[in-house]
Amino acid sequence: MLTFVARRLVATLLVLLVASFIVYVLTANSGDPLRELRGSRDPSAQDQIAYLSGLLNLDQPPVLRYFSWLGGVGACFIGQCDLGISVARGEQPVIEAIGGALGSTLQLVLAATILAIVIGVAIGMTTALRQYSGYDYVVTFLTFVFYSLPIFWVAVLLKEFGAIQFNSFLGNPVIPWWSILVIGIVMGFIASSVVGGELRTRVISFVSVGGGVAALLILLDVTRWFESPSIGYVGIALMSVATGAVVLFTSTGFHNRRALLAVGIVVVLTIALSWPFQFLFYYVNNPWTVVLVLAIMVGLGLLVGFFVGGDGKAVVARTAAIVGGLGVIPLVLDQMFIRWDEYVARIPLSNGVIATIGASTPAIRRVDDTWLNMLDSLTHMLLPTIALMIISLAAYTRYARASLLDVMNQDYVRTARAKGLGERTVVMRHAFRNAMIPIATIIALDFGAVIGGAVITERVFAWQAMGSLFNEGLHRIDVNLVMGFFLVTGILAVIFNVIADLLYSALDPRIRVS
Amino acid sequence: MTDKNPVADEQSVGQELSIEQRATVGLSQGAIVRRRFLHHRGAVISVFVLLFLVLLAFTSVGTVLGGTGKLTPDPTGTRLIVDGFRIPGWWGATWWERYDIVLPGGAPTFTWWPFSFGEHPFGQDNTGKDVFARVMRGMQQSLNVVFIVGIISTVIGVVLGALAGYYRGWVDQLIMRLTDVIIIVPLLILGAVLGQTIGGDAFLLAVMIGLIAWTGMARLVRAEFLSLREREFVDAARVAGASDFRIIFRHILPNTVGVIVVSATLLMSAVILLETSLSFLGFGITDPDISLGQIISQYNEAFKTRPWLFWWPGLFIVVIALCINFIGDGLRDAFDPRQKRVPRQRGLGSEIGNFFKAYIPGTRPGDGTVNK
Repeated sequence: MLTFVARRLVATLLVLLVASFIVYVLTANSGDPLRELRGSRDPSAQDQIAYLSGLLNLDQPPVLRYFSWLGGVGACFIGQCDLGISVARGEQPVIEAIGGALGSTLQLVLAATILAIVIGVAIGMTTALRQYSGYDYVVTFLTFVFYSLPIFWVAVLLKEFGAIQFNSFLGNPVIPWWSILVIGIVMGFIASSVVGGELRTRVISFVSVGGGVAALLILLDVTRWFESPSIGYVGIALMSVATGAVVLFTSTGFHNRRALLAVGIVVVLTIALSWPFQFLFYYVNNPWTVVLVLAIMVGLGLLVGFFVGGDGKAVVARTAAIVGGLGVIPLVLDQMFIRWDEYVARIPLSNGVIATIGASTPAIRRVDDTWLNMLDSLTHMLLPTIALMIISLAAYTRYARASLLDVMNQDYVRTARAKGLGERTVVMRHAFRNAMIPIATIIALDFGAVIGGAVITERVFAWQAMGSLFNEGLHRIDVNLVMGFFLVTGILAVIFNVIADLLYSALDPRIRVS
Repeated sequence: MTDKNPVADEQSVGQELSIEQRATVGLSQGAIVRRRFLHHRGAVISVFVLLFLVLLAFTSVGTVLGGTGKLTPDPTGTRLIVDGFRIPGWWGATWWERYDIVLPGGAPTFTWWPFSFGEHPFGQDNTGKDVFARVMRGMQQSLNVVFIVGIISTVIGVVLGALAGYYRGWVDQLIMRLTDVIIIVPLLILGAVLGQTIGGDAFLLAVMIGLIAWTGMARLVRAEFLSLREREFVDAARVAGASDFRIIFRHILPNTVGVIVVSATLLMSAVILLETSLSFLGFGITDPDISLGQIISQYNEAFKTRPWLFWWPGLFIVVIALCINFIGDGLRDAFDPRQKRVPRQRGLGSEIGNFFKAYIPGTRPGDGTVNK
């Protein structure tokens, strides 16, 4: 397996090397970086031209310049990176420009990809299991629409329409009765389609889920929750019980008493530990605290699973660990929303709560509070992530649906059914893993589209991130800046490829063996 | 769970022809494909919508053949004329001239009741240009790019894929490594660099995108060739003394036409999004030429005051891409040999019908259907 991944890694790096040469030469030939100066009548223009030509070695052909650039990149291996300087950015070293831009782009790309995979695979699988249902037809049609949406149009719409509407809603948070009705009916419809079965079951699931969602919205509306959103103990309890139920349902089912017990213990532990963790979050105000808490929760889950598991230790421990790990999300969200009022007080008056410009609020950047900064990032990332996610979501949904349909018609699925396994075991153990093999390939292929989408989204939302490096660099023929962007995205592409290969070999035993 | 209905299989036991075979008995391959395509209502509607849009775009404001699209004052100096051979259309306004502002702020003159288009149905921009004419010209350019890229990419992809798949060995290695190199650079990035190089001309941009967008097609065609070249009819042709050229183009290629047509269609729907995105970023078609993405980019800041500058070009992009995607889906269904009897007409109207039918007991769509 390692040789497989290593061989693929070397091949990808070689391909990247050749690609970097092509991009460098093409960019260098795409225009004249001195055009503005050449047209200028300024008496110092000649000196400027001579100075820049010397600085960028413009008298050499691009091929030679590429190799000196490559030498600078190669020096990274001995700790002396030199990616050149960016003329477009006042002779700032490119490595500095990347350092300031990488974080936000990475967050955006990762969040959008992970969300698209999780939601897309979930929707695609449920539509495949309920093939030819009304839900299936609606989703299939919507994926066609999403597939045809230009990302810049969606992003501008979200920015000018979604953000303004939502911000004015937050200014006066009253949910109109008809939107509660519509949301309730839609959720009930989705639930009843996914659950399926007899008319009775469908009606029950429709009424319980649709009514539940509507009741929750009415409750939030009456208590004026949206004026100052918070999670609190009630929120943590609700969210961790819900995650526990979903994980249990997909992994072992409720009939497995030991798993039920283990998950129950972990959920209770999450709620109980939320109080001491608050002090930890407050006094160790550092992003790494999240990792620490995640490790603690996963460890607790494994421990509980190990002691409660009985015969099925591995399965129960895995389920409990997943529930524990996911339990960190409400804890962190709670910390972030505790600072809601402080956040609202600090943002500029002209901005709404959901920001549409930039990747963070400068005034909050200066405050040394991890959770406040996280909340700030969240509100800034919300719309760009949705815009970027929508396009990938359609692709993942379609592939997941097609792939699961293929697998469900295989002989080994019939065999699994024939030996009397339950539907959940057939779908989750036998079909799901095999259906994920093509999805792992899509992750690497889809990456290019996500990077392209990020360039556009960042432009619409005016982020000073990797996308603006590329835009600015290419408009002003600043080869070093463009290559800095290309280097980072290339490395990201390699990482995504390796992840896809690892997933691939984890899912497909044929690769592990050879 | 999945609707596995054994009825069709049981019926075919002991009979010479299954239902699917009986439905297509005595029909040529082309007739079967045509019939299946016509049964996909969404695809058929899309064909008509797309044809209507093409006609509307090219006849309404007329077009310009050749030329650079640059504007020069005519000898009398009263109006601008566009460079190239101009074919006039039936719409009164042009996309480059300024008109008196009819409604305050240049709002659309289109009204439902009483129904009337008015002088500027899509409104005017801040300099008084007619948005309808601009959107039509933008649509022309975007459609031109789509078709040129479709042709160039398909030809390159098919030839390279066929050579790689047929000859294997070092030819295959060379072509596939070239494909890998192009695929690892995001298409938008490579397209932007090339677009910046050629500087805003629609035709050249289309050629450039065509030169880089063939990779997916090449991979698909190569895979098809790898499996087809092992079949008996290829051996038979070789034994009969056919040349490599003849085997590739007369014997194997006709068998891959389904894959090629479907993939070319889907490529074209991706291209319209790519071209408009590039133009939006300023690396595609640029002023004085017009594309749908370039219109949106130009009026991006005016959303709050003049939303009509923004709605129409975006809507046309979505409709064109959606139509091409639906046609591609219909073609895939038509060419797919695994495709059996389609349970119901999978069109738009019946989708909405099924949406409601799902709640009437006993009429679940999917009952009495056959999986592929």
